[in-house]
Amino acid sequence: MNAVIDVQGLSATYGFSHRSPRVLDGVSLTVARGRTMGVVGESGSGKSTLAKVIVGTLGAASGTVSIEGADVMKVARSQRRALRRRVQMIPQDPYASLDPRMTIGRTLLEALAPTAARATSHRDRIAELLSMVALEPGAASRLPHEFSGGQRQRVAIARAIAVQPTVLIADEVTSALDASIQFEILELLDRLQDDLGFACLFITHNLGVAARVCDEITVMRHGRVVEQGDISLLAEPADPYTRLLVSSVPDPEGRFLHGPSRYDTAPQS
Amino acid sequence: MTDVVLPTTVGRSRRRYPASLLVGAVGLAVIVLLAVLGPVLWGTSAASGSGQLRAGPSAEHWFGTDAQGRDVLARTLVATRLTIVMGVVATALAVGLGGLVGAVLVLSGNRVRWLGARAIDLWLALPPIIVALAITAIFRPGAVTVVVAIGIAFSPQFARLTNNLASSVGGKDFVVTAHLLGVPAPTVLARHIVPNIASPVLVLTSVCLATSIVTMSGLSFIGLGVQPPAIDWGQLLASGLRDIYQNPAGALAPSIAIVLTGLSASLLGDGLVAFSEPRRAQVRSRRADQGSPSATSLTGEEQSAATSAGDDVALHIEDLHVQTANAPEGQMLVGGVSLTVATGEIVGLVGESGSGKSITAMTAAQLLPSELGWRAKALSVAGHPIDPRQAPPSSMALDCGVVFQDPSSCFNPARRLGAQLTETIRVHRKVSRREAERLALDKLREARVSEPERRLRQYPHELSGGMRQRAMIAMALITTPKLLIADEPTTALDVTVQADVLRLIKQINHDHDMGVLLISHDIDVVASMCDRVYVMHQGGILEHLTSAQLRRGEVTQPYTRRLLEASASTALKNTVHVTSTIRGGS
Repeated sequence: MNAVIDVQGLSATYGFSHRSPRVLDGVSLTVARGRTMGVVGESGSGKSTLAKVIVGTLGAASGTVSIEGADVMKVARSQRRALRRRVQMIPQDPYASLDPRMTIGRTLLEALAPTAARATSHRDRIAELLSMVALEPGAASRLPHEFSGGQRQRVAIARAIAVQPTVLIADEVTSALDASIQFEILELLDRLQDDLGFACLFITHNLGVAARVCDEITVMRHGRVVEQGDISLLAEPADPYTRLLVSSVPDPEGRFLHGPSRYDTAPQS
Repeated sequence: MTDVVLPTTVGRSRRRYPASLLVGAVGLAVIVLLAVLGPVLWGTSAASGSGQLRAGPSAEHWFGTDAQGRDVLARTLVATRLTIVMGVVATALAVGLGGLVGAVLVLSGNRVRWLGARAIDLWLALPPIIVALAITAIFRPGAVTVVVAIGIAFSPQFARLTNNLASSVGGKDFVVTAHLLGVPAPTVLARHIVPNIASPVLVLTSVCLATSIVTMSGLSFIGLGVQPPAIDWGQLLASGLRDIYQNPAGALAPSIAIVLTGLSASLLGDGLVAFSEPRRAQVRSRRADQGSPSATSLTGEEQSAATSAGDDVALHIEDLHVQTANAPEGQMLVGGVSLTVATGEIVGLVGESGSGKSITAMTAAQLLPSELGWRAKALSVAGHPIDPRQAPPSSMALDCGVVFQDPSSCFNPARRLGAQLTETIRVHRKVSRREAERLALDKLREARVSEPERRLRQYPHELSGGMRQRAMIAMALITTPKLLIADEPTTALDVTVQADVLRLIKQINHDHDMGVLLISHDIDVVASMCDRVYVMHQGGILEHLTSAQLRRGEVTQPYTRRLLEASASTALKNTVHVTSTIRGGS
């Protein structure tokens, strides 16, 4: 398997002291081109910290992150920016991820040409990007507040794919959206991945959403990987924590209400 | 998915200029014009004496003359230039110095930033006038000293403002994304950070201009500022006051000038605040269609059984309308909602954000924000008929319990849980403290809160999210209400904790024969928990189903079907199990 992104033994802490608790503890995962790896876990499991370390906004205490075979922390400073550009992220909150004072076109231009000041040269590409996420070309001249949450999330996706990344990190991209709109965004991501072939790291607390889009899955708890493998492992999880997670997902028949309680079976933390 | 999605609003609404902005700008423009033209027009008359020393107001000298017989008005107009120039330079110095310190702190590491912020706090604790006095007292008095002193004295305000604002904007997702896209740091600063912090800094600048002119006049007044023969308003005020018994109007002219300038600059600042206020989020028009199909799926028999009013009805709502109260033709948020919750029944209200489900529930709990008004053919909560024109009966507080979505914002962080849990019964039932505590312990145990005795003496932040939600349920239970309204009680919780809390609500409903109105966006949650379910959409009830109908997928509305298809359990069932059978079979 030809891994586009390869994370090995990644550990990280918040804080200055070496005694600070580890929020990531020896996490390893690989994702191949055109595949989607889901990272699921509850709050505090370290899944968002993992995204921060991979995109480089938080330093790692130990471990390696390789993009297309190149170790991000070891490459020369001059190449690091180009390498980093190959990893893009779609943030969780569509209301905070767009500069409120920039038109959509200006936001997309920043992705296409980080230092350019005028949009004339890239107008066609911007229109193309907007049509890829099913927004009309006129959207380019509007400001973010004129769009709904789902439409803003489309813009954030367009911005992320503008640089033709090899890795796309989607951090809870649907959790701020209504159920029916979640559906559309997931379909859009799926279609774009078919067309562009990026590897996707899909971070979510929602197992239903993970089941819908992921090929493989990593279950995290307290900064550690609990279980990892093909998405079908959710049908028969080997680990008791994964089993608890799966059995806690509400179902119309109410079976989840009769499942094991967190306070009965899970170790107290 | 090839259809093109249009933005919700078309075109940009034109912004209106606030009156204070216009008045302030015009006032300052006049003052600046005077500063430019004053010495040219009145320079000679201000310098030449008329022979009438300390004369009172006359047609020739509107504000009289000074000790050397010079016209006070002309001198005040001439002094405008120096006063304004000094004010502007001092303000520019304060902005530049403060902005520089703020920017350096933003770009430096965590520790330096922390130390710098504390240093600024210390600096701010000293009143600017004291700092300015100390500086002018040490150096030779004069225009330059005053300007520098005022600039230094006012700079920490700007340092703190720019540091705080830039830190908060710098943590925003769009700045992080810009870094990921490889935008160089100085460009990020100029493109994203400066424009987003500019308006509060501008506002503070205009306020600082007003204050610095007043402060400088004060320093000149006590002789530490501008030295003769140069004149500014403070100095004129000082000489006017010396001659106040001979010519009372002499002090008036510079005073009026100082007040008008300060007022104009402050008005400009206020206007800028009003003008730069972020556009109010446009509330989408959720005008409910009057003839919305409601309650179509239940048979007449079931319907009448459910709505037969009497003692066994925990909640009865008939034809509820909620709208914004300010306009006569206010926006309709809920239109024509009717629902009932019988005693011992769990009824679900499901819908997406903006469907009106929470507003309906908050009307029932009589917790609507004051800007919303409601009317209904009938509203009865736990046997109390409620009239929109009267305050709800206080006994309703005992018969209706509410559990909110976010347990962390519903407790007062500064009070212990014990005091908050027992508040309702101590106020409404006048039970003793000891008895109230005993009851609270009972209810905490019932809500399966661990170590209930210790929890009573703890503050809300010491509990985990799940424990806090259990404590809130215990608080709602303490009066053993007839109706429990739970508004998204598990949305803020982790999935494994969610199951526990829902189980608890079901248990309580069973044990106390309590009516429960459960609001949720998750159709799986309502299907599993409830006896009957109302589906809300755009302020109206779209469909009314038994949960058995919902579970069997016997729904008539395409919207409800979409919700079912988008649910997590459907995804898990389809994808995971189908994948595993395919993989297992091949």
